[in-house]
Amino acid sequence: MLTIEELTTDYGPIRAVDGVSLKVPEGSVTAVLGANGAGKTTLLRTICGLVRPTSGRVKVEGEDITRWAVEEIVRFGVAHVPEGRGVIAELTVQENLRLGGLWRGREAMPIREIFDLFPRLEERSGQPASRLSGGERQMLSIGRALMGRPRALLLDEPSLGLAPVLVAQIMSMVRRLADTLGLAVLLVEQNARSALSIANHGVVLNLGQVVVEQEPSKLVADERLLHAYLGF
Amino acid sequence: MTKFIDLTLNGISTGAIYAAVALALVLIWRSTRIVNFAQGAMLMFTTFIASAVLNGGGSYVLAFVVALAAGLALGGVIERVVVRPVENAPPLNAVILTLGLYTLLVAIAGMIWGNTPRSFPAAFSLRGYRVGGTNLLFTPNDTFTVLVVIAVAVALALLFRRTSLGLRMRASAFAPEVARLLGVRVGRMLTLGWALAAMTGALAGVLVAPSVFLGPNSFDPILIIGFVAAVLGGLDSPPGAVIGGVVLGLALSYVSGYEGSALVPLAALVILVVVLMVRPTGLFAATRERRV
Repeated sequence: MLTIEELTTDYGPIRAVDGVSLKVPEGSVTAVLGANGAGKTTLLRTICGLVRPTSGRVKVEGEDITRWAVEEIVRFGVAHVPEGRGVIAELTVQENLRLGGLWRGREAMPIREIFDLFPRLEERSGQPASRLSGGERQMLSIGRALMGRPRALLLDEPSLGLAPVLVAQIMSMVRRLADTLGLAVLLVEQNARSALSIANHGVVLNLGQVVVEQEPSKLVADERLLHAYLGF
Repeated sequence: MTKFIDLTLNGISTGAIYAAVALALVLIWRSTRIVNFAQGAMLMFTTFIASAVLNGGGSYVLAFVVALAAGLALGGVIERVVVRPVENAPPLNAVILTLGLYTLLVAIAGMIWGNTPRSFPAAFSLRGYRVGGTNLLFTPNDTFTVLVVIAVAVALALLFRRTSLGLRMRASAFAPEVARLLGVRVGRMLTLGWALAAMTGALAGVLVAPSVFLGPNSFDPILIIGFVAAVLGGLDSPPGAVIGGVVLGLALSYVSGYEGSALVPLAALVILVVVLMVRPTGLFAATRERRV
């Protein structure tokens, strides 16, 4: 589904992503773990076209999308939920959601289904997104990405700044989305335990390189490894 | 009392024109964060095109429509060809660029149509309505001006608020990167934003031309006052631009009627300075919502 081959991205003299290769099959969750500055966010931003790679390829269902414009990549079905919950504060909750489905035209997901998934958003549908709490913004970002019925979902630190209860809710939601919609989910997280609890594959990134690639259950058990790369 | 009514009516009709100019500036500021100093020259250019249509035997309606279409095209082309390369550059680049564009358009207009101001016809009679034996300082043409500006402002409001195209345009203006991540073709939205702004400016040009004559530099004062109106309204808010335009039209009309027309530019600048000192975000800015 989503295949990344030897992807390398530089910021000037700094190599942020260094020869990363990954496969995210349909209906599965791949967790990419790493400390601050490990290159996780850059990896996602490169996949969705916001940053240009130095070398390497990104393929979605065999199609090479590496040099496409951001909006064309999105229109090909790769949805990116940016870090820091990129809701558009000036627009209402409903407008944010509608915007996510516009490019799909008539085939966009009915807004009703998003409200069923996140009832909180329905209660707040007419309010500007600036009034939402952190958790609600995260729900809005994810819901908005789903409006376009993507094939692949790139999630950048959805747990950032959220209470543990909310993190658990969001994680189980992500798992359910992968199972029911057949989404290929690439989940970038610092919160290793909650990410690994729902993942099919675990990858640890350090200084832009893949240092470990393992079964989530083995990764969780490996205290020494988590301590070395994630700092706990 | 009659004088007060006269000045009020006059203020509303000139205010409508300032509102259209302010709207043109605000639409561009909102979508690309550029103060378009070339706006005055752009609307001068499209008015010259309308004048050429009239001289060629075209009807007023045709000239009017051609001016708006020319504005639409000019705005779109300028954004796509000239402004696009500096959109991600430091803001000063865009400022200098629009100033250069101003000079260029003024020079080209002078080369094609000459530098001697010429007259431009009004759509309707310029004889004031007769009420109780006196002529009001408000003409059928003023009625036309006010109605057309209201129509355009309402149409723009509906476009932005009610249509999915408007939603895309607002998203591109507020958060271009997020909009792209949602599949919005932001570049096209910016081109369209400039086109609509230039069309609104072209409208102001045709409406104001009968009273200022038409020459390469004759619209410069209108641009300055339109800019003050836009700042008064907050530079960010289309409704603010319209209200700012009307408020300024009224204020300047009273100044001109009671104190003398020589004071009008001075009064406009005093208002600008006071607004910037007391309430730099303008009266209707939406920036307080922008804190994320």
